[in-house]
Amino acid sequence: MSSSATNEVTGGDQRILAIKGLRIEALNGNVIVDNVDVNLKRGEVLGLIGESGAGKSTIGLAAMTYARAGVRITGGTIVIDGVSVRDLDAAGRREMRGRRIAYIAQSASSAFNPAHQIIDQVCEGPIVHGLMTKAEAQAWALELFRALDLPNPDTFGFRYPHQASGGQLQRAMAAMAMSCRPDILVLDEPTTALDVTTQIEVLILLKRLIKEYGTAGLYITHDLAVVAQVADRIKVLRHGKEIEEGTTNDTLHAPKMDYTARLVAVRGASEAERANPDTVKDDVILAIENCSAAYGPLTVVNGVSLTIQRGETVAVVGESGSGKSTLARVITGLLPPIAGRIAFKGEPLPKALKERTKDQKRIIQLVYQIPDVALNPRQTLGEIIGRPVHFYFGTSAEETRKRALELLKLVELPADFIDRRPMQLSGGQKQRVCVARALAANPELIILDEPTSALDPLVAEEVLKLLKRLQVELNLSYMLITHDLDVVHRIAHRTAVMLKGSFVAFDSTQRIFDGPYHPYTEKLVTAVPVMRTDWLESVLAKRAATASA
Amino acid sequence: MKLFGHKPPTTAWVGLTIVGFNLLLALLGPFIAPYSESQSVGHTWDQGLIEIEIHNGFVFIWNTFGPWFGADPGDYVPTKGALILGADQIGRDMLSRLIYGARMTIGVALVTTVISFFIGITLGFAAAVLGSWVDILLSRLVDVILSIPLLIFALIILGVFGSSIPVLVLTIAFLDSTRVFRLARALGMNLTVLEYVEAARLRGEGTWWIMRREILPNASAPLFSEFGLRFCFNFLFVAALSFLGLGIQPPYADWGGMVRDNAGAISFGVLAPIWPALAISTLTVGVNLVVDWFLSIEARPSGAQAEM
Repeated sequence: MSSSATNEVTGGDQRILAIKGLRIEALNGNVIVDNVDVNLKRGEVLGLIGESGAGKSTIGLAAMTYARAGVRITGGTIVIDGVSVRDLDAAGRREMRGRRIAYIAQSASSAFNPAHQIIDQVCEGPIVHGLMTKAEAQAWALELFRALDLPNPDTFGFRYPHQASGGQLQRAMAAMAMSCRPDILVLDEPTTALDVTTQIEVLILLKRLIKEYGTAGLYITHDLAVVAQVADRIKVLRHGKEIEEGTTNDTLHAPKMDYTARLVAVRGASEAERANPDTVKDDVILAIENCSAAYGPLTVVNGVSLTIQRGETVAVVGESGSGKSTLARVITGLLPPIAGRIAFKGEPLPKALKERTKDQKRIIQLVYQIPDVALNPRQTLGEIIGRPVHFYFGTSAEETRKRALELLKLVELPADFIDRRPMQLSGGQKQRVCVARALAANPELIILDEPTSALDPLVAEEVLKLLKRLQVELNLSYMLITHDLDVVHRIAHRTAVMLKGSFVAFDSTQRIFDGPYHPYTEKLVTAVPVMRTDWLESVLAKRAATASA
Repeated sequence: MKLFGHKPPTTAWVGLTIVGFNLLLALLGPFIAPYSESQSVGHTWDQGLIEIEIHNGFVFIWNTFGPWFGADPGDYVPTKGALILGADQIGRDMLSRLIYGARMTIGVALVTTVISFFIGITLGFAAAVLGSWVDILLSRLVDVILSIPLLIFALIILGVFGSSIPVLVLTIAFLDSTRVFRLARALGMNLTVLEYVEAARLRGEGTWWIMRREILPNASAPLFSEFGLRFCFNFLFVAALSFLGLGIQPPYADWGGMVRDNAGAISFGVLAPIWPALAISTLTVGVNLVVDWFLSIEARPSGAQAEM
């Protein structure tokens, strides 16, 4: 099968992929991956786990001897089924990719070409590699679509990417990766961009696919609970170096290194920690009555009522598209509601932002999901944090800077950061700056729009702790928008579950999660991966039980 | 050596040298020019140090000290050497006029481009930030102006208002600003949807502040490159208008006008129109080399190029 111009490396073992001493450097000389070994047997799944910047995606791509722009593979051997791929020329490597080893990217919606039908993109590999005729490839694609539970598998392929949902595209991409029946699949965060409820479906199907066709997998993710469901072994990476490797059970229950123990503990912590009920005061800060909002003819929020008390955290959970971010836009005035009332401390709040007074704008602040785009890259932290101080309180330049320094201290950033720009900060530090900017206005309510979902678990943990501390110290109210029920558990006093623009449940967090559930709440709650290797099986078993009952 | 934190490649150095040299001429013009721009110091189309002769179908290049190659020194020798680049159609010193012309041509093009960018960026960002009817109104207005051929439109305006320098500058700036508007609006549109701009809006910042502090700094790199390109276009446009007689008027020297005034000399084998034409083309090439470099800083290596 392999091309003639290959160097046979002594094989004889079961390893389909053997990477040894892999070293990858950026063009500026920074070492991104340092001396990492990866061994993968036929049909085995290895989980690569680590925070962003740990080099896990880089290793995944390097398994295909591909390096991203600005990065070079500088050392080590990569052997796929006895063939040393780094010694191949470009044509030899091309022959290998797709056919022996295939890649599933994180964001399927940006990985598909919007101008071509899905089936053509799925069939491209086997046809280009000369493995199948077009008819054979299409028949095989249909079989894969069926195996992946895609709706109307016979016609699904003739859709264009924009006509399929994110979860469907992610499955179509799995079909594309499987189209040449590769020996190895590199799965780069295949479910991270999906909702929990979609994630579980994709996870089940991916697992089945890997089992059924005996494909080996390199599963890259930052979510330990997800990888626990599919991987046989887990390798933990940090700063481009291997921390430890072991079977999934060992890693979860008996981590050898401190860092792994902390990663495992993040999920576990949620059981012990709950929102502190003492912070909640009696006075109602924000009251929304029967609010509806629409984008043109499309009603996105439908008759929602909500109150938030001083010092209270109210979480709004739901899948993407449920209207929870739109609700935040309505409260801030960015999207005036078509019906309903918003009152702040009993005073009615004008619907549109431009009708609100400066003070009405000041008391509600927003913290965004992705700190990278929420901060102007051309401004220093002093300008970013100082501007609201000066804008709302008319302070002098000196006072503004003094206050900015105080705020930096409040969010636990060093004072010398004041002259840095966002580019020089890590994700977690940027999110702290966003919090500091919100605090600069001395607000009474902060709307947190998925404040931790773009962050690594350990960093997210720190940010959550900060938010909790600030709530106690400054008596702040939070409205937390999220799809991460784990976060809700930990900091929300009350929780609203949103589905298709309305609340299906709104009660204390305790009662929401202890049941009895609204069916949708149950679906949400059970879809959250638990850090147990048998969780996925138990969900499947439960489903089978309810289906037969 | 590094400039703006980047190491310019050789082509950029060539461009920077050309641009720098021209700017120096423009700034120091009156001090280094041997004669005044309007004074007749020689005869019509006096030859300079270098000349071309065509004898019996052969091209000969000469200098003061005799032929560089090929020719018979005893042959026809006109007056030469008094003026380095010779004289123009009424005996003014070509070199002096070129130096004065640098100031006029570059100055007019620069002022025009600055005004055009000011109008274009302001309105373009305003359209992007304010949206709704402001955007519709401005964009359609710009479409209307863009639909009329540039040169014809300029000829009409200059024909009506006469071609004094202020009218010329404002006319070109106005017409050129429509092109800048399109770019600024597109850049602004991409930036206004970002969350830091939304954060500023939520804070209650005014449109002017958002345009100046949130959008402009993040759009400056592509705008800067565009400034170089538009400068070239305007510079050529001034030259073209002058060539048509509607640009900068005598006695001021400008390169485009000089090409036109001396165009007749070509048929006598005199180099007079070549010098201003050469000046126009080298400066254009120079600016473009610099702009190319700026654009290449923005672009990052991609895919196959960076693959090992």
